[in-house]
Amino acid sequence: MQIPMWKRALIVLVCLTALFFAMPNLFYSRVQNHNDAVQKITKTGTATPAEKAQADAWPSWLPSSIVNLGLDLRGGAYLLAEVQLSNVYTDRMNALWPEVRDALRSERDTIGGIRRVQSSPGTLKVQISKPEGMAQAIAAVKKLATPVTTLTGVGKSDLAVTQDGDNAVLVQLSDAEKKATDERTMQQSLEIVRRRIDEAGTREPTITRQGDDRILIEVPGIGSAAELKKLIGTTAKLTFNQVIQQTGDKNANAGVGNEVLPSEDQKGVYYVVNSTPVVSGNSLTDAEPAFDQNGRPAVNFRFDASGARKFGDYTRDHIGQPFAIVLDNKVISAPVIQSYIGGGSGIITGNFTIESSTNLAVLLRAGALPAKLTFLEERTVGPTLGADSIAAGKMAALVGTIAVMIFMVASYGMFGWIANFALVLNMAMMFGVLSAIGGTLTLPGIAGIVLTVGMAVDANVLIYERIREELRVAKGPARAIELGYERALSAILDSNITTFMTAVILYWLGAGPVRGFAITLGLGILTSVFTAIYVTRLVIVIWFERRRPKTIVV
Amino acid sequence: MRRLKLVPEKTNIDFFKIALVTFGGSVVLTLASIILFVAIGLNYGIDFKGGTTIRVDSQTPIDTGKYRTALQPLKLGDVMITQVFDPTSSSEKHVAMVRVQAQSGQESITPATTQAIEAAIKKVDASATFPSIESVGPKVSGELIKTAVIAVLAAVAAIVFYIWLRFEWQFALGAVAATVHDVALTIGIFVVFQLKFDLSIVAAILTIVGYSINDTVVVFDRARENLIKYKKMPLRDVLNLSANETLSRTVMTSGTTLIALIALLVLGGDVIRNFVFAMTWGVIVGTYSSIYVAKNIVLQLGVKRDWSKPSDKNAGTNFSKGKA
Repeated sequence: MQIPMWKRALIVLVCLTALFFAMPNLFYSRVQNHNDAVQKITKTGTATPAEKAQADAWPSWLPSSIVNLGLDLRGGAYLLAEVQLSNVYTDRMNALWPEVRDALRSERDTIGGIRRVQSSPGTLKVQISKPEGMAQAIAAVKKLATPVTTLTGVGKSDLAVTQDGDNAVLVQLSDAEKKATDERTMQQSLEIVRRRIDEAGTREPTITRQGDDRILIEVPGIGSAAELKKLIGTTAKLTFNQVIQQTGDKNANAGVGNEVLPSEDQKGVYYVVNSTPVVSGNSLTDAEPAFDQNGRPAVNFRFDASGARKFGDYTRDHIGQPFAIVLDNKVISAPVIQSYIGGGSGIITGNFTIESSTNLAVLLRAGALPAKLTFLEERTVGPTLGADSIAAGKMAALVGTIAVMIFMVASYGMFGWIANFALVLNMAMMFGVLSAIGGTLTLPGIAGIVLTVGMAVDANVLIYERIREELRVAKGPARAIELGYERALSAILDSNITTFMTAVILYWLGAGPVRGFAITLGLGILTSVFTAIYVTRLVIVIWFERRRPKTIVV
Repeated sequence: MRRLKLVPEKTNIDFFKIALVTFGGSVVLTLASIILFVAIGLNYGIDFKGGTTIRVDSQTPIDTGKYRTALQPLKLGDVMITQVFDPTSSSEKHVAMVRVQAQSGQESITPATTQAIEAAIKKVDASATFPSIESVGPKVSGELIKTAVIAVLAAVAAIVFYIWLRFEWQFALGAVAATVHDVALTIGIFVVFQLKFDLSIVAAILTIVGYSINDTVVVFDRARENLIKYKKMPLRDVLNLSANETLSRTVMTSGTTLIALIALLVLGGDVIRNFVFAMTWGVIVGTYSSIYVAKNIVLQLGVKRDWSKPSDKNAGTNFSKGKA
């Protein structure tokens, strides 16, 4: 029945530490404002008086981590997007075509005439009229390849050039290059999604990569997933293409290397354009909303040096011809080139409003997504529903806890109070640990807390029932208490270990809300075993040492 | 001092006496649940089936028929409209869930479709608001089914392994039987009432599995202790004695857990009601199965009785040996 002094001190210390970390949650909004203000001040470097007041409202030496509320409690949107990585392969092949064409043309004597023919997406197939020059043709294309620029792909070529049938050369990205490209595409997509969401100024968005080709986006406080999609969804892929002809037939025969694109604002108008752009949006250095000479909203843009050169050369060679400005596969305007445009800047006119021209400028500045995003899953929770859930969860937790406490006191009297003390301490510890590790509280997480309340007293019930049994076989109170704790331990550990295992599996299984449940359930088990075994024992031992009762009633 | 006692101080119930009714009844119900599951099937939520649910809050009572006609022209395929009742909400608040199947050629719902649905509902119910929209594409729902099945299997396997490690294989089989019983009956009740079965219900089932094992383990733990203590007592009597000795605890623990869960069921709001219902039901069947199912299996299989020999390596590890 003795507990050494150091052990007592340690138990008390652990409890106090947990309480210390749980405490900021009692001042939730104040601490939250403090954290926001501090973050803003470090970001901007200067503090406005309002920010400073908010930052000072919570002493900086106190812990300031609070439990994160999940999207289902605070409201917001969750979006799972898949990056269509193979889009990039197709773009690369289209961009490669002019180079391949030039390389093969210079070998015209041995391989004869060349022609690009239809092939599966992400490949480039070129027919040659003299099949006997095949080896020469392949060698010529292979010269265009460059080594892959990653650690794992060192020394490998970025192009795979093979013979296809009797008279065609098939060019595609090599596997090593595809892998490297995928990685770059993902990094770029993540960065662009992040920038676009940041431009909208939302608070604490979470943007993480999932698996090989997915991006998970969680934005608290945003009205709906549709809004979020609008923010990031448009690829804003801007290209400048040569117009072959204007047509009214969307099924017009475009010819190899060309495509039919609809007009953005004129119904029934289609353009046949060359798929290989003259200049792409990647060469943009700046874009800003502006007005054209008629005072209508437009977007001004500027190219980088290589973009400016290509654009200048093209306009010089094609004066008098129409030229398409293509955004996300729609032609927003197709002006006729009036004169040579040097200097690399220009203006996009179209059917814009002030708002849409501003949006387009923002999207262009942030850069185009390298590949299309497909949205696989979305969840929106409105802030009012979240607030309702918090209120309902609080109420249920409160009523549940009080009911369990009454039940415990009715069943075990004073020992019930000790168990209740441990129960309250247990909940505080759960919040303390949850805050310290930066865990997220979700609605099922609240259910996990309430469930833990019901289950946490289990250990004490096991112990008390055991003490009762030991008392029945006429052992002295001290011995009965000791044996009660000792003999109940096996069952307590067994039962908690199995529940803890399920919590671990749940954590692995679930995303978002279910994971929140797993966290509180698992944490609750750890803290409840601690409070039930160590804390109640300490309390009972201290009580026993003071009173030295001859008999006890459990 | 008078104490609340749900179970008398000393009980002497023969838990095997009406085994035909209790254990037999469990077997029948388990089989019935499996048959129902195969014949009728669960009402899968969008997590597993793909599609979109839109929550509608309205200040006026909701006429599901009107909603249906309003959504008809949109040609969305399978549309389900259910009203949600909550004892805590006022007469000013009416909630309905509109569920739309996954649209062909789309993964998650497009903003255009959402807007069309919202506009159509607004037309017949001006006060409608849409506080929550969830949409899962067929790709993700397929993956979620896979994860859920793996998770349940992994949980059962992990627990079986643990029990086998700590006890004897007969106990492990008994625990598995109890677990299968609990899972089957929970799925059964979801089939009977056609409650929405989604990822959170799988989470609830896993929790039930853990919880039910909890109860079973406490009885088994005592049985092991008694098997050593009363070497000559028949297995049937040892199991009965163990169940009687732990009955008070079993009822108390289930009692406190149920109190907490019922508070959550009534007051926790409709968002997690199915989830909490699954757990409440699971605690009830789990407690029952640890008393009436798990032990029967152990009794049928028999147990080796020479556990007290310290040299026996198969005896499992007992945490309470040594210091506490």
